[in-house]
Amino acid sequence: MDLVDFARGPALKVAFVIFFIGVVWRLVNVLLLRHKRNLSEPRRSVGASVWGGLKAMGSRSWPHPEFIKRTITGEALGYSYHIGLFIVILLFAPHIIFFGSFIGMRWPALPNGLVTIFAVITVTLFVAVLFRRLAHPVLRRLSNFDDFFSWFVVALLLVTGLMATAHVGAPYPTILGLHILSFDLLLIWYPFGKLMHAFYIFPTRAVDGYLLTRKGAPS
Amino acid sequence: MNRSSVEFHANLATGEAALGEQQRVAGAMRAFTREIGALSALRLESCVHCGMCADACHFYIATEDPQYTPVLKVEPFKQAFKREAGAFAPFFRWFALKPQVTADELERWQHLLFDSCNMCGRCSLICPMGIDVAELIEQARRGLFEAGLAPKELYEKAAHQRRTGQPEDSSEPYRDRLLAIGRQFKVEMPIDKPQAEVMLTVPRTDIEHYPAAVAALARVMAHLKADCTFRSDGLIAENYGYYAGGRAWQREISLRLIEQARACKAKVLIVPECGHAYSALRWEAAELIGKPLPFKVRHITEYLAEALDGGRLKLRSADLGVTAFHDPCQLVRKGGVTSAPRRLLHAMGIEPRETTRHIGFNVCCGGGGGVLDIERAAPLRHRVVEEKFHEIDATGARTFLTSCSDCRRTFDDGKQHFNWQQTPRSLLELVAEHLQGG
Repeated sequence: MDLVDFARGPALKVAFVIFFIGVVWRLVNVLLLRHKRNLSEPRRSVGASVWGGLKAMGSRSWPHPEFIKRTITGEALGYSYHIGLFIVILLFAPHIIFFGSFIGMRWPALPNGLVTIFAVITVTLFVAVLFRRLAHPVLRRLSNFDDFFSWFVVALLLVTGLMATAHVGAPYPTILGLHILSFDLLLIWYPFGKLMHAFYIFPTRAVDGYLLTRKGAPS
Repeated sequence: MNRSSVEFHANLATGEAALGEQQRVAGAMRAFTREIGALSALRLESCVHCGMCADACHFYIATEDPQYTPVLKVEPFKQAFKREAGAFAPFFRWFALKPQVTADELERWQHLLFDSCNMCGRCSLICPMGIDVAELIEQARRGLFEAGLAPKELYEKAAHQRRTGQPEDSSEPYRDRLLAIGRQFKVEMPIDKPQAEVMLTVPRTDIEHYPAAVAALARVMAHLKADCTFRSDGLIAENYGYYAGGRAWQREISLRLIEQARACKAKVLIVPECGHAYSALRWEAAELIGKPLPFKVRHITEYLAEALDGGRLKLRSADLGVTAFHDPCQLVRKGGVTSAPRRLLHAMGIEPRETTRHIGFNVCCGGGGGVLDIERAAPLRHRVVEEKFHEIDATGARTFLTSCSDCRRTFDDGKQHFNWQQTPRSLLELVAEHLQGG
C-alpha cells in the first residue's frame, strides 16, 4: 500500500469515523445539558420570536451599520478567505471527483487555473489572518492553541494542495498523499476545535435571535 | 490588579471569615457548574475568538485595552465548562489540557466582570456568531459571587437589601422618607393600601438623590386616577443581588416585591426609572422563582405610553429647545422598551435629536450593573462617560433626558468630574410637569 492508498483508504476511514462521532457527540452534549424555561411574560408572540430567530440566522452575516467602521477589516478578511476556501474545496475538478465518489453525484467545476489563482489568494489571506491574529492586541490576547492549530490544519491543506497542483516539493504521488493526509488530519481535528463553529453558527444565531425578539429587543 | 484592591468576602451561608483559596475556587466551580445549561454551552462552544465584541464595548472603545474584550471576561466560566461539562471534559481534565481555574485568576477577573461591564448587551449585538455575551457575563459574575469575590460595595448592599429590603442604612426608613418627599412636593403618597391594581416601586437612587422623580411618579399616577400603592415592605426597585451576582439573593430580593404585589392583589407592578431593576423583575424574576409572575411588570414609560394610547394621558407641549435622549441599555437593548419614551416625547412636541448611536445600539453611560457603586471603578467609568458626553454634545442639544436614574446619576457624577455643561433630566419628571390639566 503506497502513501496515497493509505491516505485515502484506512486513514480516511478512521478520520471520517472520528469526525462523524466527534461532531455528533459535541452537538448531542450541548442538547443533553439542562434547558432553561422562559417563564417571563413575552413581549412578542411565539411566531414573531421564531421569525426573529430565523431572521437573525441571516442578518448576523453582516454587522449592523453602527459597527461596521470598527469591524470592516475583520469582516473583509473573514469573508474573503471563507469564500476562497469554498471555491477551492468545492469547485476544483479533482475535489469534485473525490467528494463525488462518496456521495454519488458531481457538479460543475471552475477551470483548474482559476481555482489555483483562488488558492494562491486564499493562502495569502490566511497568512494575513495569522499576522493579524498575532499583531492585533485583542486577537493576540484571546488566542489559544485551538486558534493556531486550527489555522495550521487548514493552511497545511491549502499549501499541500497547491504543491500537488504545481508538482513541486516532492514526487506527485508523495505530495498528493500528504495532501490527502492533511485532509484526514483536518477531519480528525474538526470536532475538537473551533472548526466546529460551522455547526454552531446557525443554531446560536437562531436561539439568541429568538430570545431577543421575544423581549422585543433588537437582534 | 494587585491583591490589595480585591475585596474578599465571607462565606455566604454563614457570614463567617473570608474564604480560603480552595474554598474560593470550589465556590466558583459550584456556581459555574450550576449555571451551565444547553444555552450557555451553545454560546460558549460557538465563540471563534474573532474579537469583534471588543468593538462594541464602551470600556474597550474608551481605553483600547484588550483586557476589556467582552468574551475574555467570561474566560473562567468557559474554562470551567470545558473541564466539567464540555463534550470532551474528561480529556481536558485527565491530560490537563484546560487547567483548573485558580484563585488568582478569579481575583484578577473581578475587575473585568464587575468594574468594567454594565451587562449592557452591546457586545451581544455585534457577535457574528450571535452569542449573547452579556448573558454569559451575568452567569460568570455568579461564579465570582460564590467565590466571595463580588466587590465590597455590591456585596454589602445586596446583603443589606436581602435582610432589610433596602440596600443600606438610612437616617430614616425609606417609608418615612417617601412620605416626607410627598409632604415636600405636596403630593399624596399612596402607601400600604391593602389592595390596589398597581403596585409602585421606587429606585433607591431617586430616594437618595432625586426626590423630585419620586414625587413625579406619585403625581402622574394620581393624575391618571390609578388605583395604586407603594408597599413599605417592597419599596425598592433595584436588585443588588443581581448586580453582585448572588443568584439566591437576587431571587429573595425579587421575591420580596413579588409577595407584596401578591398581597395587595396588584395586576401591574411598576418599575420606575431604573433599567437594571426592570431587567431583574421583567425578565429574570419568573425564571428565578420557577413560575410565571401573577401580575404584569411594566416600566413607567411603558405604562405612561399605554395610558397615552388609551387617551387617559394627555400632555402639554414642552419648549425645551433641541433635546437629546439617552436610551438606557436594560430598557431598550435588553428590554425592548423602544418606542415608549419617544411616544411620550412626541406627545410633548419633542422630536429628540438622536446621538450617532441610539436606541438598541446606544453607547452606555458606563455606570449600570452596579459599576456606579464601585468606588475604585470611578476613573475607568469617567473615561467611558466622557465618550458619551462627546456624543451628546455633538447633537447640539440644550436639554438632555433619560429614563433611568442610575444613568442619570452616572451622568451627574461625570458632569462634576468633567465640569460638563449639560444637566441630565428625568423623562418622568418632564411628563409630570406637562400633564394636561395637571
